Amino acid sequence: MTPPPLLVIAVGNPSRGDDALAPLLLQRLREWVARSGREDDIELLEDFQLQVEHAADMQARELVLFLDAGLNTQPPYTLDRVQPHGGSALFSHALPPEDVLATYARVYREPPPPSYVLCISGAAFELGAALSRHGAQNLEAAYACAVELMHAANAAAWESLMCGRG
Amino acid sequence: MTEQPNNLETAANPDKLRRVAIDPVSRVEGHGKVTLLLDENDHVHQVRLHIVEFRGFEKFIQGRPYWEAPVMVQRLCGICPVSHHIAASKAMDMVVGASLTPTAEKVRRLMHYGQILQSHALHFFHLSSPDLLFGFDSDVAKRNIVGVAAEYPDLARQGVLLRKFGQEVIRVTAGKRIHGTGAIPGGVNKNVSLEERDYLLQDVEQIVAWSRDAVGIARRLFEQNLDLYNGFGRIRAHTLNLVREDGAMDLYHGGLRARGMDGNTLFDHFDYGRYWDVIFEDVKPWSYMKFPFLRSLGPEQGWYRVGPLTRVTQCDFIPTPLAEQARQEFLAFGGGSAASATLGFHWARMIEMLHAAETIESLLHDTELQGTDLVSTGKRQGRGVGVIEAPRGTLIHHYRVDENDQIIRCNLIVSTTHNNQAMNEAIRAVARMYLDGRTLTEGLLNHIEVAIRAFDPCLSCATHALGKMPLELELIDAAGERISALSRGTQGAGSCLAA
Repeated sequence: MTPPPLLVIAVGNPSRGDDALAPLLLQRLREWVARSGREDDIELLEDFQLQVEHAADMQARELVLFLDAGLNTQPPYTLDRVQPHGGSALFSHALPPEDVLATYARVYREPPPPSYVLCISGAAFELGAALSRHGAQNLEAAYACAVELMHAANAAAWESLMCGRG
Repeated sequence: MTEQPNNLETAANPDKLRRVAIDPVSRVEGHGKVTLLLDENDHVHQVRLHIVEFRGFEKFIQGRPYWEAPVMVQRLCGICPVSHHIAASKAMDMVVGASLTPTAEKVRRLMHYGQILQSHALHFFHLSSPDLLFGFDSDVAKRNIVGVAAEYPDLARQGVLLRKFGQEVIRVTAGKRIHGTGAIPGGVNKNVSLEERDYLLQDVEQIVAWSRDAVGIARRLFEQNLDLYNGFGRIRAHTLNLVREDGAMDLYHGGLRARGMDGNTLFDHFDYGRYWDVIFEDVKPWSYMKFPFLRSLGPEQGWYRVGPLTRVTQCDFIPTPLAEQARQEFLAFGGGSAASATLGFHWARMIEMLHAAETIESLLHDTELQGTDLVSTGKRQGRGVGVIEAPRGTLIHHYRVDENDQIIRCNLIVSTTHNNQAMNEAIRAVARMYLDGRTLTEGLLNHIEVAIRAFDPCLSCATHALGKMPLELELIDAAGERISALSRGTQGAGSCLAA
């Protein structure tokens, strides 16, 4: 069975303040996808962090969008194309998107699908912290952007969206 | 520990020494780091693995209703959430006075062995294999997951698919890929349907076969580098693990067994519900991570090692045939040399992965997975203790719950904390053998990390934080000036910044 062409992967811990931004955005997108009847086009995944198995999730997709939150991210969010690139720290149990893509390319011996990162600017990431005001404001802007991306789910449209944002 | 000459825990005159820090910095939280103090001739005087973050989880969970614990604790660690989910559920079984139904216990076991399989696969194929396949001081640009995938694509692919299969076992049993609610106080909230069973059965034979191959790879790596593997970071340690009533390996449930470094049994089949009678936690001013010890031996001599190497060597047998055969070969290898080598962890871990694959296969053929009697209750208790053998070792969850059903106290002793002193001893052994008197390079410092990685520590768990851990190494002179630095970020290979 062919999986939905667009895969959205949100990473973050709901109990660590603004680290919850991506899971919260995914939750809102889930509602949007259900309302829009787009379940056959878009698959939504959530995890604490990225790892090698996410390369397997990317198989047979046309487009991948990673959702994340960042402490030093330009507010309200950044949207970037991400390319395969290897060499993360061995000490880590988590991978950056570039490494997931590089793992995909090596393991499946083909280029990964076009992939983008929507990173929401956050301010507080402590265990037990609530969402910051800064993060909550940025979530609204990121949601509007994400819906725009869902409407025009192809790489060319996303590239022009990025260009349009300067 | 006793301050002995040359034990490398505390230098006699630290002010006159250079400090080198292997400093894994996190994205947003605290982190672990290793510091070495060297004299002008590069002789090592002090080596410490520090954990530099406050523990915050116990406070985070206080005041919450007890039934939330199995879900909330998964947010403690993004690396092994299922282990915390199951340990907390076992503790809450005690709180609700439950004795699990056969279906509930088997569904939980399936979930747990799925977690063991995926965690061990990740560690061997993707975290440790770069060191083991390319060499500890090989080109740092290649010594990573992507480098392995480039040179050994089939191996990397097997690692991905083994990990993926384990995650699918978790998804089926926990209900979701993360934030699962499968285990609840007194049982589980779902069984495994025939459709789900058949979905997992279609791949399980391949998973067993790949796991068996992985044991062979781990053995060959040991054989091909015999002197290195035998001597690297070798320490003598007491051990602690759970065993089944008949002495078999059981990663889900059992009694506590502790053995001395000479093999003498210190206690056996001890009821973990009173673990504090035999285990106590020491603190040291230079680390936030506690130092557990066996009470009968005291804080100075009572430290011990947990995890795959301990479990495989200290159980009486493994109750699945292929893994037991592999265990026998492991124990016999080199007159028992692999069974006491720090790098023997990798071989032992693959034996456990094979055991997990066999156990999953066996459970999938058990019709009780489709049972409908999922939850039991009994006499409510004010205290709950849950202990499992998590991928990295013994994991203890301990809660006190008041009459309003609120958690009022919580203590967790995670696997990495049990191994705190053992890891410190291993890196001191490496520093003595490889670093002492030599000019430090990234490759040499990686030897320290190789020793730590053999234990598969989860500093996120140990410090109750999540985060990436890129590395930064600084060489600082006695006046505090940075002489040079090595960094390895999340985006690429290492770089050297000479100041």
